[in-house]
Amino acid sequence: MKVLTANRLTDGEAVWYANGGWAETIDNADLAHDKAAEDRLEAIGAAAYANNEVVDVNLIDVTVANGVVEPVRLREKIRAAGPTNRNDLGKQARPEAFRAA
Amino acid sequence: MYRYDEFDHDFVQARVAEFSDQVARRLTGEITEDQFRPLRLMNGVYLQLHAYMLRIAVPYGTLNSKQLRMLGHIARKYDKGYGHFTTRQNIQFNWPALSDIPAILADLASVEMHAIQTSGNCIRNVTADHFAGAAADEVADPRPYAEILRQWSSVHPEFSFLPRKFKIAVTGAERDRAAIQTHDIGLHLKKNAAGELGFAVYVGGGQGRTPMIAKKIRDFLPEADLLSYCTAILRVYNLYGRRDNKYKARIKILVHETGVEEITRQVEAEWQELKDADLKLPEADIRAIDAYFAPPALTDRPEGDEAVKLARLDSKSFSEWLDQNVVTHRHPDYAAVTISLKGIGEAPGDASDSQMEAIADLAEKYAFDELRVSHEQNLILPHVARADLKAVYDSLVDIGLATANSNLISDIISCPGLDYCALATARSIPVAQEISRRFASLERQREIGELKLKISGCINACGHHHVGHIGILGVEKKGAELYQVTLGGSADENTSVGEIIGRGFSSAEITDAIEQIVETYLGLRLDRNEKFIDAYRRVGPAPFKEALYAGEAKAA
Repeated sequence: MKVLTANRLTDGEAVWYANGGWAETIDNADLAHDKAAEDRLEAIGAAAYANNEVVDVNLIDVTVANGVVEPVRLREKIRAAGPTNRNDLGKQARPEAFRAA
Repeated sequence: MYRYDEFDHDFVQARVAEFSDQVARRLTGEITEDQFRPLRLMNGVYLQLHAYMLRIAVPYGTLNSKQLRMLGHIARKYDKGYGHFTTRQNIQFNWPALSDIPAILADLASVEMHAIQTSGNCIRNVTADHFAGAAADEVADPRPYAEILRQWSSVHPEFSFLPRKFKIAVTGAERDRAAIQTHDIGLHLKKNAAGELGFAVYVGGGQGRTPMIAKKIRDFLPEADLLSYCTAILRVYNLYGRRDNKYKARIKILVHETGVEEITRQVEAEWQELKDADLKLPEADIRAIDAYFAPPALTDRPEGDEAVKLARLDSKSFSEWLDQNVVTHRHPDYAAVTISLKGIGEAPGDASDSQMEAIADLAEKYAFDELRVSHEQNLILPHVARADLKAVYDSLVDIGLATANSNLISDIISCPGLDYCALATARSIPVAQEISRRFASLERQREIGELKLKISGCINACGHHHVGHIGILGVEKKGAELYQVTLGGSADENTSVGEIIGRGFSSAEITDAIEQIVETYLGLRLDRNEKFIDAYRRVGPAPFKEALYAGEAKAA
């Protein structure tokens, strides 16, 4: 399973493609269950890159357990939460945006 | 310290204007990311995991209080309240918005700072001994030469698109505190028999995936020939350095593949064409730059001896800090102070906005307005009257920066690692924090003695693990972090590259493994005076392997 992620051009904020736009958290990211869905996300990413909305666009592997989207790689887990040594920084520091796991 | 002249001001202002325009055009979509990327990198702007990162140059690690205060201001206004001091004596901010970077650069320019050439395949910030100008064992201050190199290398048209990045370090003492043998060019400032100043020139050192110790290609280069000789080296590199493979593009590979004798011959031949031309440094020009680095007027403060003696009796913790973080100054009434940015359990090299401001105040009040960033990620007050040491110490206690661990096992160099860095393969900071907590007792750390532990979160070795007495390299293996340990590295005048001791350790095992190594050392050292590195050089890896892996061998 994959989701589409990038960093927003203006401020570098890590974002995930969700519900037709770029969200600051991974929670509601559009899930690609098959190759066709991956292709669709990839095309959306390429268009957003070309349109100067985002940079560093990537499809990443995730798992979903009990409705919670979790990246597979540690790198992406850290992008989705924030630095592991500073839980006062990044997404994890924003209770309104970050769902406590 | 060096002050910008009219040319410097115009140059930096022009660059701020140029890059601000480039950012504006990028934000409106007028230029693409592919077009913008090399431009932002030339101005120190990276894209990392969570945000952009801005790396700001601190030339040869020298700052004044106004500049440090500005860094504190930037941390507060544009970032998240802290900055990270690096092994190139620079500072990085981890969270700036691209749209704010023009304003940050304008603020920096107002205090004679910039982020030019902190990235890209060009000559990077020239580093120097952090005790330059203060050290008792110094032949001369290396910073005037670092400044000459800075002026020469800034947007040098011939050397702005080298095969790969290029790093130069200068030391002015026999005791190498600038790790010159791990640099593309290392310069050791010294005097010849006639008392003239010049350099021993080392070429082709480096870390990364292929660590190499620099080779000495000249024992004495007269100071007047500094730029012509460096130009000759860079020309040979620019011409013959590999551009087909990023991982083989540094000058260390060229030196290794060409051989020291041949590379020396090529450099000397090139130099013959250059040495008597316009790159020869006029004596008056060198002395004019020297004048910027004239030491502060250090008035005699003989009351310091008595003051220190009394304060020692009064406070054990002050006494310990004095022993560990304060070093001899060339003036007997003064000392150089290391402000540890390695509080127990803290992220190495991080300082908060208010800490930066408080340190700036201390520099202004007690240290002739001078500060240094060390490549070991600490801050230095190079000139403090011994009579003022207790007052400085008390102020550092107030801001939580009085940890007396300079050169001890918790004085760890660590790269940002996977918590921030887009290149990293494993985390570094949490490993440093856990080791620091494990060895929290300063009494235990002092018992262990000098031990340089360095951690990198990927093979690029920004955390200098190859030259740590104990080095830790974090890699990703089967989706998990794995930490490889090297022993016996060193970055001083006896530079050596550490040897991999055996299979790596998981993040859960690594701190135990380090403790095991330390206990093994304590068990085999001849006495307290035999440092870890000396003991390792005497006994080699066998006892450490035995301690770490013997159980496994038997089980298998």
